[in-house]
Amino acid sequence: MENNLIVTSSPHITDNSSTRKLMGQVILALVPAFAASVLIFGTDALLLTGVTTAACVGFEFLYCLLMKKEQTVGDLSAVVTGLLLAFNLPSTLPLWIALIGAFIAIVVVKQLFGGIGCNFANPAIVARIVLAASFTGRMTKYAFPSSYAGVDALAGATPLAADLQAGNVPFLDLLLGTHGGVLGETCALALILGGVYLIVTKVISPVIPCVYLGGYFILHFLYQFFSTFTPGATFMQNFIYAVNYSGDFAQLAAAQLLSGGILLGAFFMATDYVTSPFTVKGKWVFGIGLAIITFAIRVFGTSAEGVSFAILFMNLLVPYINNLTRQKPLGGKK
Amino acid sequence: MGKSTTKPNRAQIFTNGLIKENPSLRLVLGTCPTLAVTTMAFNGVGMGLAATFVLICSNIVISALRKVIPDKVRLPAFITVIASFVTIVQFLVKAYVPALDSALGVFLPLITVNCIILGRAEMFASKNDVLSSAFDGLGMGLGFTFTLTLMASIREILGAGTFFGIQVMPKAVDPMGIFITPAGGFFVFGALMALVVFIETKTTGKPKKRSIGCEGCPSAGSCQSKGECDK
Repeated sequence: MENNLIVTSSPHITDNSSTRKLMGQVILALVPAFAASVLIFGTDALLLTGVTTAACVGFEFLYCLLMKKEQTVGDLSAVVTGLLLAFNLPSTLPLWIALIGAFIAIVVVKQLFGGIGCNFANPAIVARIVLAASFTGRMTKYAFPSSYAGVDALAGATPLAADLQAGNVPFLDLLLGTHGGVLGETCALALILGGVYLIVTKVISPVIPCVYLGGYFILHFLYQFFSTFTPGATFMQNFIYAVNYSGDFAQLAAAQLLSGGILLGAFFMATDYVTSPFTVKGKWVFGIGLAIITFAIRVFGTSAEGVSFAILFMNLLVPYINNLTRQKPLGGKK
Repeated sequence: MGKSTTKPNRAQIFTNGLIKENPSLRLVLGTCPTLAVTTMAFNGVGMGLAATFVLICSNIVISALRKVIPDKVRLPAFITVIASFVTIVQFLVKAYVPALDSALGVFLPLITVNCIILGRAEMFASKNDVLSSAFDGLGMGLGFTFTLTLMASIREILGAGTFFGIQVMPKAVDPMGIFITPAGGFFVFGALMALVVFIETKTTGKPKKRSIGCEGCPSAGSCQSKGECDK
C-alpha cells in the first residue's frame, strides 16, 4: 500500500486512504451492531467477540512472525475478521470452538493463500461454514435474549426458522433484535445504521447491498405471488386474487430481509474488497447471484446457511466475473 | 522396452515409493480411494494392504511376461493380470474380513482401475526385471498404505474422536464433523501434500523439478511436445 511507484492507467487520483483507515471505518460501522449484541445477549457476547478478535489478531501476528513475512497486524483487517466471525456465532458457543474458527479464518483461508488481498473467499464466512458443518448442534443453539423474564437463556428457533404468518410479523422485534440468532444478525436497525454509514463515507459501494437486498425482496415477493396460483382458475382470476394479498406478501418478504444473516451479509461480508468484483457491472452480477442463491436455499432448501453459502459461492466466481465485465479502456479496441 | 542398462539399486527402488515418489502425495495417483475410504483408520489400512498385495503380484507377473506381451495389446493384458489379483483379494477379504468388505464397498473391486497399479505396470514393471519390480511394488504399496493410514487417522481422530474405533478424544470435545466429509478429505490431502514437499525441501535443499522423462510417460506416443518436460 505504501508503494510510491504505482503504475496504473489514468486518471491518477491519489488520496490518503489506506487499508488501516478503511478497516477503521468498518470497525466503527460495526460498533452499533456490537453494542446491540452485548445489550441483547449480555456478557457472553462481549466475551465471545473479545476472544475471536484477540485470536484473529494473535494468529495473524504469529503466522507472520513464524513465516518471516511482513507484519500485517497493523492494518486492522484481522480485527475486522475477528469481529465479523464473532457476529456469525451464537452466544452459547464454547470458546474453544471460536478459537478453531479464528484459526480457520486467519491461517487457513487468509494467510495460506497469501495474506490480505489474496484470500479466495471471505475468511469469516468460510470459518462460519466450517464450524456449522462440524458442530451443527452447537452452532444453532441460539440463546433467547435475557429480556425474557424468568429464564436465563432459552433455546429456540430464529424468526426465520419459525413459521411466520402475514399480519403478525414482529417487525419491532426484528428491528431491535430481541429474538434468537447469532450475535451480529439479530438487530436489524444497528446493521442498517452501520451499512448506511459505510455507504455515506464511501467505504463500500451501495451497488452490492442494494442489488442483493432488492433482488431478494423481488424474488421472494414474486415467489409468494405466483405460488397462490391454482390451476383451476383462469390467469386473470389468479392474478386478481394474488394482487389482493400482495400487501401480505410484501410484509413477509420484508420480514425475510430483516431476519437471518442477510443484512449482515449484504453490508459487511459481501462487500469485502478482495472478494467482490471491481466493476459496477460486475457488482450487479454479484448482487443478483447472491440474491438468487440465498432465495433458492431459503425457500427450497433445508439448510440454515443460505447467506453464507451464497456469499462463499459468489466469492469463488469473482475472478470470472471480473474477467467478463472488464472495462474497455477509452479508445481501446473492442 | 526392457532397455534399462544401468544396474538398478533395489534399496533405492524400495525407498522411492515411501516419500520421494509417494504414489498419492507426490505422483498424485490413486486419489479416488485416497479421498473416499480414508474416513476411518481401519479402512485406510485395509485398502492400503489390499492394494499393496495386488501391486506386488501384478508387478511380478507383468515383469515376468514383459517380453511375451505384444506392445499393442499391453494395456488389456495388464488389466487382465491386475483384475485376476483383485478378484483373489476380493474373495479373501469377503471370506476373512467381511467387515472390511462392507466398509470399502465398491472401492475394493475398483482397485483394478487404480492408477497406481496400472501406472507402475506401465512405467516400471514392463521395463525392469522381476525382483526390481517386486521391490518397486512393495515400496509403492507401503507408501500408499502409509499415506492412507496417516490420512485416515487424522480424519478419524479429528472428525469422529476415535482411532481404530476406540474413543481417544475426551467426550467433552466435540468431533469436527467436517473432517469426515469430502471437503475435509481434500483439506487433509492438500495439507499432507504440502507437508511432504516441505520435508523434501528441508532435506534436499530445494524442491526438485519432477520429471519421469518421455521414456516413462504413458502418453509419450501421442505427445505434441516431446522432450519439453526435461528442458
